[in-house]
Amino acid sequence: MAKTPLDALHRRLGARMVDFAGYEMPLHYAAGIMAEHQACRSAAALFDVSHMGQVEIADPASFAPLVPGDVTGLKPGRQRYTLLLNEAGGILDDLMMANLGAHFQLVLNAGRKAADVAHMRGLGLDVHPRFDRALLALQGPRAAALCPEAAHLKFMDAATLEIGGIACGVTRSGYTGEDGFEIGCAGEAGETLAELLLARGAAPAGLGARDSLRLEAGLCLYGNDIDESTDPVSAGLTFALSKKRLAAGDFIGAAAVNKILAEGPAERLVGIRLEGRAPARAGTEIRAHNGEAAGRVTSGLFSPTLGAPIALGYVRAQQAAPGTALDLIVRGRALPGQVAPLPFVPHHYVR
Amino acid sequence: MPHMFYTKDHEWVSVGDDGLATVGITDHAQQALGDIVFVELPEPGRNVAKGEACAVVESVKAASDVYAPLSGTVAEVNQAIVDDPAKVNGAPEGDGWFFKLRLEDPAGLTKLLDRAAYDKLLETEA
Repeated sequence: MAKTPLDALHRRLGARMVDFAGYEMPLHYAAGIMAEHQACRSAAALFDVSHMGQVEIADPASFAPLVPGDVTGLKPGRQRYTLLLNEAGGILDDLMMANLGAHFQLVLNAGRKAADVAHMRGLGLDVHPRFDRALLALQGPRAAALCPEAAHLKFMDAATLEIGGIACGVTRSGYTGEDGFEIGCAGEAGETLAELLLARGAAPAGLGARDSLRLEAGLCLYGNDIDESTDPVSAGLTFALSKKRLAAGDFIGAAAVNKILAEGPAERLVGIRLEGRAPARAGTEIRAHNGEAAGRVTSGLFSPTLGAPIALGYVRAQQAAPGTALDLIVRGRALPGQVAPLPFVPHHYVR
Repeated sequence: MPHMFYTKDHEWVSVGDDGLATVGITDHAQQALGDIVFVELPEPGRNVAKGEACAVVESVKAASDVYAPLSGTVAEVNQAIVDDPAKVNGAPEGDGWFFKLRLEDPAGLTKLLDRAAYDKLLETEA
């Protein structure tokens, strides 16, 4: 099992460690998931996301054929969300790409980073994995106050700058729906940087809160809500598809994605709110009100902010309109729910 | 002080003066689960067999079954933890009890773990 550069710090802070994508990661610290979640929504939380794959590429033009976004148009100091697709339009990974001036940085999912690098190299790309680097996410309404060095950035800006004398690559982005930063630095400086941000008042938070925060924000988790068997149209990620690139058809999977766009997807990923308190977990069967099979839950938990269960799931396109009544089959019983607009909890980005 | 028995599924059982066996989850179990957000309890009157899943407890992250430690009939359930599941975290071995059983065979209690045996189990699992 791999460890991140912050492993000793997690143990000092009393983290409960779990196996995630081949890494020993903190599920939560002494405060617990609920308190860590609330710290992020009301103040600031610090997450270790060093398990994610930081990769440098020199040439966005050679990367463009692998993704459906306008990556050659990404200006210095800006970041963009994009997707690696296969020929069938299936999602190989979702990622962030930042133009840091001297080079372009990708942030890949931990469970996919090795396969992504192999995929890129297989197509002749010059790729430089920086998997030994640390990556911290400082998230919450107080994030900018706790990190004034980066407070001049706007949402999805990217910059190289120093925090406490440590050279960092910073983006104003995250995976919680709150304002905040993702901060990369050399692995050996990671613990010092984390200690500095904790001393400024951030609360340590683990993967448990990260999952409940991202689900409230309506953000997909690779491996749960999206994978090679799902496409960007069904998953509601059309914002990541460039109209120009679709028209040119010049990326892997373009023909398949254009066909799905033209015909309309058979299923759509939707938000679901349940009545009562019982959560419907991933794998839960979804039925239409008349009892017909409608789909399946891909992520589900009890929302700490709403005090109610929420879920993401794929349903047949005709059942995808907000307000549509659905039954979720939990322990043999039909729990009533309905399609809800996303995000469940409003985003608070600083644009 | 009523005598407490334990199971390897991290439940506790305590028999009161009325002869009913109160069942709950241990402090260790609530710590392992984390913040509890949902509890489902059996219907009073239901007959349960030893080892049968008869209640559900869910934290933000995960769901877990609660098993009948011995066979019997559900005599009473603790509605207070359905209304406020956090009570299970607050007082797992007290006000956070789950249900009371009228035991089919009270002598079966002696086959459960005592505190010393349960502590030993926790050590081996640690």
